[in-house]
Amino acid sequence: MDFSNESRVLHRCSAQVLDIGNLLLLSLWHLVHSIISICNFTLDIANVLESYLISSGLLGRYKSLHIAKLRYLAIVIESEEAYQTSKIIELLQWLEAVGVKHVCLYDKEGILKKSKDFILENLDGAIWFQVLSYWQPSIYAMQDAHENNVLLDQQHMTLEFVSFSDGKEAVAKAANVLFMKYSKSGVTDQNQKEKIFTESQMSEALKTVGSGGPEPDLLLVYGPARCHLGFPAWRIKYTEIVHMGPLKSMNYGSLIKAIYKFTMVRQNYGK
Amino acid sequence: MVTSVPNKVGNYSSTGNGVHKPFFDDITNFLRRFLFRVLSVGPIPTHLAFIMDGNRRYAKKQNLKEGEGHKAGYLALMSLLRYCYELGIKYVTIYAFSIENFKRRPDEVQSLMDLMLEKMEALLMEESIVNQYGIRVCFIGNLRLLSEPVRAAAEKVMKVTSNNSKAMLLVCVAYTASNEIVHAVEGSCKEKEKEFRLCNLNNNVMDDVKEGEKVNGMVVHDIQDFYEDTSVESQGLKQGKGCNGTPYHACESFESNWDQVLTSKASKSGEVSEGFRNLRQEVPLIKLVDIEKHMYMAVAPDPDMLIRSSGESRLSNFLLWQTSNCQLYSPAALWPEIGLSQLVWAILKFQQSHSYLEKKMKQL
Repeated sequence: MDFSNESRVLHRCSAQVLDIGNLLLLSLWHLVHSIISICNFTLDIANVLESYLISSGLLGRYKSLHIAKLRYLAIVIESEEAYQTSKIIELLQWLEAVGVKHVCLYDKEGILKKSKDFILENLDGAIWFQVLSYWQPSIYAMQDAHENNVLLDQQHMTLEFVSFSDGKEAVAKAANVLFMKYSKSGVTDQNQKEKIFTESQMSEALKTVGSGGPEPDLLLVYGPARCHLGFPAWRIKYTEIVHMGPLKSMNYGSLIKAIYKFTMVRQNYGK
Repeated sequence: MVTSVPNKVGNYSSTGNGVHKPFFDDITNFLRRFLFRVLSVGPIPTHLAFIMDGNRRYAKKQNLKEGEGHKAGYLALMSLLRYCYELGIKYVTIYAFSIENFKRRPDEVQSLMDLMLEKMEALLMEESIVNQYGIRVCFIGNLRLLSEPVRAAAEKVMKVTSNNSKAMLLVCVAYTASNEIVHAVEGSCKEKEKEFRLCNLNNNVMDDVKEGEKVNGMVVHDIQDFYEDTSVESQGLKQGKGCNGTPYHACESFESNWDQVLTSKASKSGEVSEGFRNLRQEVPLIKLVDIEKHMYMAVAPDPDMLIRSSGESRLSNFLLWQTSNCQLYSPAALWPEIGLSQLVWAILKFQQSHSYLEKKMKQL
């Protein structure tokens, strides 16, 4: 019938208009993202130039860094790039040259942990900062003293190696430690609504299971996106997180710039 | 009285007796909707989190009275929420008040609490944003730290909006991530303890039954090995989630494992293994899923992007647990100055890194 033919034609026309409309939107979307990519590319070139100027010492303000403000530095590396141990060693050598003494290296899958020996061998005078796990209260004091001694040591660079298992999984282990305390103390019949653990007890429990390293002041992320990729949550409460780009394009100038910016930051800690 | 609002194209005009130019508004609305249509070609985040930083600095910058910065911030928040829900972002989390903020001057804390109370009551009005977009509101944090009227208002809002399901607004008050983690651990401990008390009850009943062969097959040398060897855990737990359904065997296999642990540890020193001996009847095995279940933020998926205004690059004890695969973005604008352009830029950045972060999420 004429009527159904007409409606079919109308239907086809509207579908075509819709297709054209969607195509237009798709092209606009791609256009927007292409413009952004061009802008990013231009910015990258500008950054490379700036880094070159910084490395050659031409920019005065980067010459003297208040490096003492940076007590503990953490570096997050994308696991796929973590295989490039030579780049990592180069980065650590730069840090040593700048005067950073205590570094924590993190990658999600623990690739850096496997390359630990190689890295330590190739970095003169670096010590492995191992956060020991321990089950006896008498060792608490020993561990704290050990930690203080290592961190006050200004002669050697200390390296800590951390992976995903030191994050959420460590919290689960610490929860079990706390649970044992809870069951042992026999408070089970008390008012269920009461708070049973404090944050400092949690910190102690995390130390017990071997995830009680110091809180970094600055976290540098070498990867495609600015994301901490599962770095132990308990340690990054007030840590400045800076994105450095992929490891393959790392350069000395941007490292200096990031550290300089950090030394200029002022925190209120919520007050 | 016209309340001052950051003057930007596409911003919603203030509620009140502002001077409206309907034609201008229509054009900007149309342009904005078109922009959102273009953006929606690519992936849109499901969950956005905001740290609303910079209200006090804004007040100083604009020479306003101290509390006015927060009021301007509230207006910025409302327009931003509208944009988010228009774009189809289902979950929005905001960091309204940290436990650390209680350390501020008492009059400042009080004025913030008064502002929150006023705005919570506004949410209950019919023409408010929650009804317009079908938003369910959840207050996240240790609400017991709040004063009674504020807490009551919060609970009322949560109750009234509990049936809404189109979108969700999570407001973090009296919240810090460390407090959340400790609270989740407490919750898991209480739950486990309850489970094993029931288990003990069953065991006591079964006491007459021959103890028989202890089901084991694992040699456990050290408590730490026990934890690190996940196959041990799964063997122990495989036989049932709790002790209620399959009472005898599940508990027995646990007991035998712990016996092995205890005997091997018996030669090593005292206090710890004694503690374990006392736990013979109760087997602790809090797993990661138990903790995640008890997190305040378990009502929503992990955020895709966390936006902190005023350019600061730290998380300040906010969503530390949930941001493992979350992209962090810190625009330089102060919170009351945040508007459509920052949101659009954030979404574009999200779309650029989306495929990488999705891959990371799947790797879990």
